[in-house]
Amino acid sequence: MFDFSQVTTWFHDLLTLTCGLGDFWAILIECVLVGAAVLGAYSVIAMILIFMERKVCAYFQCRIGPVRVGPWGLLQVVADVLKMLIKEIFFVDKADKLLYIVAPFLVIFGSVGAFCFLPWNRGAQILDFNVGVFLLTAISSIGVVGIFLAGWSSNNKYSVVSAMRSAVQMISYEMSLCLCLITAVILTGTMQVSGIVEAQSGPWGWLIVQGHVPALIAFVVFLIAGNAEANRGPFDMAEAESELTAGHHTEYSGMGFGFFYLAEFLNLFIIAGIAATVFLGGWAPIQIGVEAFDEVMQYIPGIVWFMGKAFLLVWLLMWIKWTFPRLRIDQILKLEWKYLMPMALVNLVLMTVIVALGLYIK
Amino acid sequence: MENNKSYFGELGRGIKTLATGMKVTIGEYFKDYWTNKSTEQYPENRKTTLHVAKRHRGRLVFKRNEDGAYRCTACTLCEKACPNGTIKITAHMAEDPETGKKKKVLDDYQYDLGDCMFCQLCTNACNFDAIGFTNDFENATFDRDALVLHLDKEVYQGGSLPNIQDGGAEWQVGKFNTKKK
Ligand code: SF4
Ligand code: SF4
Repeated sequence: MFDFSQVTTWFHDLLTLTCGLGDFWAILIECVLVGAAVLGAYSVIAMILIFMERKVCAYFQCRIGPVRVGPWGLLQVVADVLKMLIKEIFFVDKADKLLYIVAPFLVIFGSVGAFCFLPWNRGAQILDFNVGVFLLTAISSIGVVGIFLAGWSSNNKYSVVSAMRSAVQMISYEMSLCLCLITAVILTGTMQVSGIVEAQSGPWGWLIVQGHVPALIAFVVFLIAGNAEANRGPFDMAEAESELTAGHHTEYSGMGFGFFYLAEFLNLFIIAGIAATVFLGGWAPIQIGVEAFDEVMQYIPGIVWFMGKAFLLVWLLMWIKWTFPRLRIDQILKLEWKYLMPMALVNLVLMTVIVALGLYIK
Repeated sequence: MENNKSYFGELGRGIKTLATGMKVTIGEYFKDYWTNKSTEQYPENRKTTLHVAKRHRGRLVFKRNEDGAYRCTACTLCEKACPNGTIKITAHMAEDPETGKKKKVLDDYQYDLGDCMFCQLCTNACNFDAIGFTNDFENATFDRDALVLHLDKEVYQGGSLPNIQDGGAEWQVGKFNTKKK
């Protein structure tokens, strides 16, 4: 299987050995390039997701979605982005200007930060710490602060109410989300993202197979909690466009709103990506222990596997979103605190017992 | 618990109903993936395959007798029934030359389409079957004043679209059609 670290090592050598740059300059150039690549990938994936959301939602609800701008409506998203970029940005009277400006950046920061943890290919993970999973959950929860500040600084009581509700919801669901990740950590014995993927690369190696029952439960709970984390239906309490006039970002115009919108879609992809990484093996191809089959699967590049799994999960989450009606805030909290969290805890114990007794599939 | 369901009973029931919902939508998703959508391609199909249900409330019209006379007696019941003050009726009393009885004669029946919320209370209030809704829905104008209609002065002949009063074309679910004319 292709190892992307060949490319990075080659590039590093090119800078240091061939061009004779010092460590500082070489790393600076690499950082800038990686940053640009991340932002580029971020926006491209956002556009794909927005278009996909419209089409998928239309097909689930017996409609056709955008068709007028460009063939099959493909240019619709481009038109939307252009529209958003040229819109005027203005402030509400007596809004807390500093927080008002900072809030969308916090949201997008949390989202891009979590995005950097996704392992695209063997050797192509951007952030890869030995406490990766912890850091990932920590960085992604910065978004909650952004949403809360946005509602608070808007000088609008509906925004405040909606921001509080979404903060309550996101903080609650963070619990089961982390518990599910820890379940996976117990099984693989590492918190490093690349290590978790590496642990799944053998035949029948995906965690969802390895850890059978508890892994499956953790996977489902993770998807539910992740859906709520990303503020998507049926948990889109923060947004609730028809009832709460779009909640915390009511007062934002132009790119301020654009950032919230972008972060919402990317969070969906990030949740799907993490679920694909942790439970479905990330870039690890399907291996069934039959030589010839495994050989062929190895030839498909890791990024294709990763994107395929992630987009499959994105599609699954969209299916859920466009099927179920929105929940009330009390129902949301009840689901989390009475069902998901206890289930995740019991599941954690179950997984520990299974790992301790060596009952998982090796 | 409020609905007497046990902790696990509620969980099971919830999962079952959610699964039912997902089964329905996935069916819709793959049902003739490319064509069978209920969205109509308006305005391309407005003269060919457009269907508008007969009972759709597009705008108010006077129903006419065979000789083209209207049946409104200016009793103002509709005006009183209207929550929006959309209808304004002006009338005067006049003596019938044959019978010598006094009778209200309608001067003007003003209906402001821009104010109407299409609740149909006026039609229900009318005892003389004098007014009714037509499904002719293309009412857009560039000028609000053009929405103020005088129903007694106009003789409604059907809208701009073919057979619109009969519902237009046959109703075909899931035929996505851009046929132009
Ligand atoms: S439909 Fe309702 S709002 Fe419109 S004119 Fe009749 S009573 Fe008034
Ligand atoms: S339309 Fe009917 S209810 Fe209204 S004034 Fe005429 S007869 Fe009376």
